[in-house]
Amino acid sequence: MTVTGAQTETVAPRRPDRRGVELSGAEIVVQALVDEGVEFVFGYPGGAVLHIYDALFREETVKHILVRHEQGATHAADGYARATGKCGVCLVTSGPGATNAVTGIATAFMDSIPMVILTGQVPTPVIGSDAFQEVDTVGITRPCVKHNFLVKDVRDLATTIRKAFYIATTGRPGPVVVDIPKDVTDPNIKIPYDEPGEITLRSYHPVIKGHPGQIRRAVDLLRQAKRPIFYTGGGVVLGDASEQLTELVRATGFPITSTLMGLGAFPMTDPQFIGMLGMHGTYEANMAMHETDVLIAIGARFDDRVTGKIEHFCPHAQIIHVDVDPSSISKTVKVHVPIVGQVGNVLAEMLKLYRQQVPAGTGTPLTDWWAQIAEWRARDCLAYDRNSAAIKPQFAVETLYKVTSGDLYLTSDVGQHQMFAAQFYPFDKPRRWINSGGLGTMGFGLPAAMGVQLAFPDAQVACISGEASILMCIQELATCLQYGLPLKIILLNNGYMGMVRQWQEFFYESRYSHSYVDALPDFVKLAESFGHVGMRVDRPADLEAAMNEAFAMRDRLVFMDVIVDPTENVYPMIAAGKGQHEMHLAPSHADRELA
Amino acid sequence: MRHIIAVLLENEAGALSRVAGLFSARGYNIESLTVAPTDDPTLSRMTLVTTGHDDVVEQIKKQLNKLIDTVKLLDLSEGPHIEREMMLIKVRAERADREELKRLTEIFRAKIIDVTDTSYVIELTGASKKLDAFIDAVPEGLIVEVVRSGPTGIARGEKGLSV
Repeated sequence: MTVTGAQTETVAPRRPDRRGVELSGAEIVVQALVDEGVEFVFGYPGGAVLHIYDALFREETVKHILVRHEQGATHAADGYARATGKCGVCLVTSGPGATNAVTGIATAFMDSIPMVILTGQVPTPVIGSDAFQEVDTVGITRPCVKHNFLVKDVRDLATTIRKAFYIATTGRPGPVVVDIPKDVTDPNIKIPYDEPGEITLRSYHPVIKGHPGQIRRAVDLLRQAKRPIFYTGGGVVLGDASEQLTELVRATGFPITSTLMGLGAFPMTDPQFIGMLGMHGTYEANMAMHETDVLIAIGARFDDRVTGKIEHFCPHAQIIHVDVDPSSISKTVKVHVPIVGQVGNVLAEMLKLYRQQVPAGTGTPLTDWWAQIAEWRARDCLAYDRNSAAIKPQFAVETLYKVTSGDLYLTSDVGQHQMFAAQFYPFDKPRRWINSGGLGTMGFGLPAAMGVQLAFPDAQVACISGEASILMCIQELATCLQYGLPLKIILLNNGYMGMVRQWQEFFYESRYSHSYVDALPDFVKLAESFGHVGMRVDRPADLEAAMNEAFAMRDRLVFMDVIVDPTENVYPMIAAGKGQHEMHLAPSHADRELA
Repeated sequence: MRHIIAVLLENEAGALSRVAGLFSARGYNIESLTVAPTDDPTLSRMTLVTTGHDDVVEQIKKQLNKLIDTVKLLDLSEGPHIEREMMLIKVRAERADREELKRLTEIFRAKIIDVTDTSYVIELTGASKKLDAFIDAVPEGLIVEVVRSGPTGIARGEKGLSV
């Protein structure tokens, strides 16, 4: 089956009203998905979900994508959700089906991705008896979901699924598991179907608007700031607030930095953007954070990879923090102006007030601050050896940018290649950079790219990976063939778990304990054996032409095995537990230690 | 500082494990936790006692509120409130000790609710410190078993914690 553009551009049409029609539990599950406008269900069948699969067999509006491992299903649904902003949906069986999905559920949870995961369960009468393929799914997933449900009565099924979608997609989004015992989907027990309508929960009221008084205080700080900086995160992407952010940042003329998860929410090619911050952020971004007097944090959560040592974090700053989740505020860093609300609304209110108080052209130009930033920028912290005989991973990412003209959905696995991509591929739009930031799940990239390509069949979609990460979900190459997904896999192959090797070089006196990936497969033949195109490139001079050739194959998956310098490290780097101003630059820099 | 927090929860299977799991996953202290359904059978009321720095307790309250099953939450320690805990204590009661234990029971306004030739079971309700004091007052070596409910609490005044 090939999924064409026409089928996926629009939301699946709702079926004629089926209220009052007698449906079985399995049919209710499918009907509920139709009612939610679900386009794709990523799943893998098994005993406990066979009734549901039988009901799916006759379904045409909801397309089921058969993955090759349940982890792949969760990452694919996750990638779909990150690229579209819609809810990703998975269907897996009980026991091992559910446990295999846990890594993907936790990945989505850490990055606040809206997903609904339907898991089969053994029949209610045998729950708790250690039945075949039984596991306490609700118990196992509890710490890594926004919420979960066990449905014990078919009459609760439709409402519970509606609640699951509502919870997953509102407030701070997140994955919701619905565990469905097999007897609840029994095809022989039918009840009149009642579409649940709009849901309200007395125990769940996401905050929409920010407090006007707090917004006023924030704008007062913006006006008085001498060395301000915006620090924005994944919340801006998730809250679809890119436009509001861009307007406010341009109106104020302040510099802006972003976390790994927020890249693209503000155009990275804009001169006001001073690079990613944090452990592998730019010198200018981290120094500006250290010197700022007013920090405007938006949809970011002061993660340890960003703050470094908390005691040294933004020592001179008044901090404004906008977030939809009250528990994110003052969790690790005490803030001065907390604003709970949807980031888009709050940013729009801030902009309105700022424009009233500071009419266009009357703001302070912050000349000294920008001069200081220019000085930091001049250090060129991302410089690397451009004359290397080996392909430098940075060069590979720059070439990817050139070949794709910046118009790409790029998913990533986890490690050095992820950091190089974040540093060297400037995204100008949100939802284009898709990676596992919070959990750091190796194996995420390939299945996530499948979800993206299904959502946007005509778009260029690539997965940047390493030879260690890619092998963690390599089986999904079969899924790509089945559904004709023309992904481009850019494998930065350095023969090591690069990030592990880098830490071992820096902090373990180069004892490369088990970080060398011995006995690697021939990736070209591997790709070919799955029915795809494989390519190997090992000379810098050949790379651009090879990438052009790969991207020209619009209907084929191309697996590019790019042999890169095995000893390259990611710089700049702030070692764990150090302050933001205690950065290391590449050894080629004369002043590599900037502490 | 010690905080006593009252939480109204949806009376759903697993709601208690969400709270307990939250405390263990995030490494929060939990001194005691009691829970039972309320007059409204769809709601459970939980009382939990925790200790921690103000920032940590603030975070605990936010995290509890974030649980989908949490309907309402009140930090009783923020205002005037009443706390009560119940204890059942089984003591060896022989010869002269029988009288001594009976006197002690009267002084603490406790009740003897089970008697054998050699033992009493004493019931005592009050603030946790009063229960501690009773345990201290029982002569050395006579305690067989102690069961405490953990504190429950309610705010003083006319306002109630309800939906």
